[in-house]
Amino acid sequence: MAPAHAIGGLGALPTVTGSIGERPMDLARIRNFSIIAHIDHGKSTLSDRILEMTGAVDMRQMRDQYLDSMDLERERGITIKAQNVRVEWKGDVFHLIDTPGHVDFGYEVSRSLAACEGVVLVVDAAQGIEAQTLANCYLAMEHDLEIVAALNKIDLPAADPDRYAAEIEKVLGIPADSILRISAKTGTGVDALLDAVAERIPPPTGDEDAPLQALIFDSQFDQYRGVVSSVRVMHGRLTAGSKVTFMQAAASHEAIEIGIRRPVPTPVAELGPGEVGYLIAGIKEVAQARSGETITTSLRGADTPLAGYRDPKPMVFSGLFPIDGDEFENLRDSLEKLSLNDASVTYVPESSGALGFGFRCGFLGLLHMEIVKERLEREFGLGLIATAPSVEYQVTQTDGSVVHVANPAELPQVQSIERIAEPYYKILIITPTDYTGTLMELCQARRGEMGKIEYLSSERVELQYELPLAEVVVDFFDQLKSRSQGYASLDYEPSGYRASDLVRVDVLLNGQTADAFSTIVHRSGAAAYGRRMTEKLRELIPRQLFDVPIQAAIGGKVIARETVRAKRKDVLAKCYGGDITRKRKLLERQKEGKKRMKSIGRVEVPGDVFISVLKLGD
Amino acid sequence: MSGAADVRLQDSQFGVYVHVPFCASRCDYCAFATWTDRQHLVERYLTAVRTEIRRAVDDGMARATSVFVGGGTPTLVPGDDLATVISAIPVVDGAEVTVECNPDDVTESLLCSYRDAGVNRVSIGVQSMVPHVLLALGRRHDPDNVVAAVDAVRAVGLATFNLDVIYGTVGERLSDWEATLASIVALDPPHVSAYGLTVEPGTPLADDPDRFPDDDDQADKYERTDDVLAGVGMRNYEVSNWCRPGHECRHNQLYWRQGDYRGFGCAAHSHRNGRRWWNVRTPDRYVDLVESGCETEAAGETLDERTRHREALELALRTSDGVPLDALEGSALPGLVTRAGDRWVLTRAGRLLANEVSLRLG
Ligand SMILES: Nc1nc2c(ncn2[C@@H]2O[C@H](COP(=O)(O)OP(=O)(O)OP(=O)(O)O)[C@@H](O)[C@H]2O)c(=O)[nH]1
Ligand SMILES: C[S@@+](CC[C@H](N)C(=O)[O-])C[C@H]1O[C@@H](n2cnc3c(N)ncnc32)[C@H](O)[C@@H]1O
Ligand code: SF4
Ligand SMILES: [Mg+2]
Repeated sequence: MAPAHAIGGLGALPTVTGSIGERPMDLARIRNFSIIAHIDHGKSTLSDRILEMTGAVDMRQMRDQYLDSMDLERERGITIKAQNVRVEWKGDVFHLIDTPGHVDFGYEVSRSLAACEGVVLVVDAAQGIEAQTLANCYLAMEHDLEIVAALNKIDLPAADPDRYAAEIEKVLGIPADSILRISAKTGTGVDALLDAVAERIPPPTGDEDAPLQALIFDSQFDQYRGVVSSVRVMHGRLTAGSKVTFMQAAASHEAIEIGIRRPVPTPVAELGPGEVGYLIAGIKEVAQARSGETITTSLRGADTPLAGYRDPKPMVFSGLFPIDGDEFENLRDSLEKLSLNDASVTYVPESSGALGFGFRCGFLGLLHMEIVKERLEREFGLGLIATAPSVEYQVTQTDGSVVHVANPAELPQVQSIERIAEPYYKILIITPTDYTGTLMELCQARRGEMGKIEYLSSERVELQYELPLAEVVVDFFDQLKSRSQGYASLDYEPSGYRASDLVRVDVLLNGQTADAFSTIVHRSGAAAYGRRMTEKLRELIPRQLFDVPIQAAIGGKVIARETVRAKRKDVLAKCYGGDITRKRKLLERQKEGKKRMKSIGRVEVPGDVFISVLKLGD
Repeated sequence: MSGAADVRLQDSQFGVYVHVPFCASRCDYCAFATWTDRQHLVERYLTAVRTEIRRAVDDGMARATSVFVGGGTPTLVPGDDLATVISAIPVVDGAEVTVECNPDDVTESLLCSYRDAGVNRVSIGVQSMVPHVLLALGRRHDPDNVVAAVDAVRAVGLATFNLDVIYGTVGERLSDWEATLASIVALDPPHVSAYGLTVEPGTPLADDPDRFPDDDDQADKYERTDDVLAGVGMRNYEVSNWCRPGHECRHNQLYWRQGDYRGFGCAAHSHRNGRRWWNVRTPDRYVDLVESGCETEAAGETLDERTRHREALELALRTSDGVPLDALEGSALPGLVTRAGDRWVLTRAGRLLANEVSLRLG
């Protein structure tokens, strides 16, 4: 059973006794750390070994990436949500947090770090430092955290730990001889790593007698218990049954249940300084228990909240529309419920001539967008179509007013536009030097402005660029991967707005403008974009009963045209003798397929056409 | 709502299907329940089928108005043995009794033993008359054998016969298909089933996208087929079937009109008044079950009234019977359906797009 979801079913367990339940807990025995790394370097697998070696999960219940509890995480083999768990190692208590490595979920890492005194930095011994290794390691340094570095996957024939230990020393200043060598897969070196955690990461400090200050670093919605928040107590004590105040929200609640995840949620009577656990306070909305919130006691509470953190800002926007127009209200409810679990999604209603009523949603990146769409479809049974992703433009009008436009269809009339500014991102690419040329070409083609170039070693280089976000959003990552045969990695952060010469490219399906397809692009690339878009749509839109012209146009002037030719044959030749059942089922399946299509005008368009357009590459 | 979408079946119609799950080699496009390594089971299998038939007769099974022995390759098993199976099935006078034949196996003496057991129709698996296409299909026979087989059919005096052909194989040019059509028309067949090669999941063909047929190519060949066969007086009466008047396959028509039929042998399907069921898939399990006196049914389904009605329409739509006017908004599908009296019937373009039209039924 998934740890995060297990809470509901457990009800009130007896308070644990024995060493781990002793009160107050000796601070010197506690270690709080996050496991951070570039995507796929083995954080979750390392967590598995730790759960096993500390006896937290018994062998029979063990499965790969145990802490990745969402179906989507398991299917895609990536971590989306950070998970914390308490284990015991040689008499010490460890709170470890497994974090996601994908850049879209970087905010999960920052939050987790706020609850820790140290990190285990995992680096794949066959890959070396990659972009999120740097990004996450810098985050840990900013938080002044102790870093225990480990080269993982030393069981791989391609592993070269000596080489990458030298690289880590050179680039991050972590002495090569302090870097552990492990295999999270076989367990080699993991015990030494745990010993190093105990030795090197400082215990938390905190005043047990001071007023309570506890930090919420994550909140999730559980359908039975309401909001379950992950908390780290800084000072004072958080006691079950007490009245607590959420300082930023200025709201009071009862601490109905507090507990620890070992990883099975286990209620305890109190949490003292340095401890990490969960809190259930009968709250129905995650917005009432935001990450970064400080909890104190309602009586004789603290005067000042802890330094919180800002919510991540969405960077791409897309319209989500129900394929069946009657599902609009259902979509609204579903978005509300989903945002209980994922406060980083934003949504406001919008209407489209082509698609009807839906919501303009903001996401942290394309992966995040894909995942939210998929969760809405799976968890709430909706059929959705997502429009082409867009960034948010700042449009200065001739009357001096500035409007923010996240939906290209809402771009003001050309005559009333003074100028359009678009968001820029600072990106960081780490690549073997062999691919420097082709990656620089890519950045240039995407209107990139070169920043620093730094050699990590004679074979690997770090490239910095300023790039319009709109260029990053469209298959930049796929291009980066394919041009570097998978070796280059990418990290990015916002770096402000700049004015650009932008135009809107519209798409006409069957002669009618389909506003949902409109995109804002740089004038210099507009014609090429229009051609690519129409070509890809021709591949993606299934043949219909009639010819479907697809045109791209700027301000009414057609710049590209393709035709999806009318389909001539779809009939199945055979009736399979007496097996009529099979024949009927085939038709039923085809009907189901139709339900995943959205009619735009008279044209049936697959619900994921825009996501697929982006994935096709150049 | 009537089960047969208003095309009335005579109540007395009842079909029997016998499945013969053995082949000499496996064609890589074929998804039928058939095996190439079960020769040793043939005898026990045919005995088991006879046993199952006898039990059904004892339970009062009606006399059949049509019998179809299909496969697999029925001609692979000894003719006399198959004849005893066929003879065990009670039939009405004038029943249509068909055996599916591989042209390589057809001899006059084989056909005689069939004929003496009541067989009056054979269906010959021609597939193509062009050697390189046959090769691409993985078929071993020589096109001349087809000619010889048809001669044998005529010599023993069977009432009628069918030729099965497949179009759309990779490497088959339009001219190759025209050659196949010309060769079979020269044999003056009373009935032709022309199937577009279909990629069936789980077959080796399904794993080889380079050999997938092209829809436009198949559409061209379909239209050519229809032209050529119409030119020699054959009428299309189901998407993939053409015949001279009076030579419709009554057994297939029974399927398409939701009639009742009983299937014997492994993987055989049965239908009775809205309930469909099918036997276990492998001959091994089938033989074991029959020998130990057990039921051979693997699973089944009972159609609710709505599904049954819908299915009736879907089946009828594919045939020249068409569907009642209120079953379809035919005027919204110009060029795909046409009005024939009180029914909508698919046009040729519509037959090629029968699935699209089907989705708009009801
Ligand atoms: N050979 C080998 N493979 C490993 C080792 N550790 C992890 N892997 C494999 O690397 C892949 C990624 O492992 P994960 O543990 O999911 O990586 P992660 O860092 O948690 O990934 P994200 O959460 O998506 O950032 C999986 O296929 C693991 O089986 C190791 O020590 N040796
Ligand atoms: C039940 S099969 C068996 C007949 C016989 N064993 C033979 O292959 O000649 C009847 C017919 O179905 C057709 N058929 C089988 N598989 C097919 C496929 N994948 N696509 C199109 N037609 C197919 C062939 O024309 C074949 O003659
Ligand atoms: S197509 Fe006919 S001969 Fe070929 S394997 Fe299938 S049943 Fe046997
Ligand atoms: Mg992970």
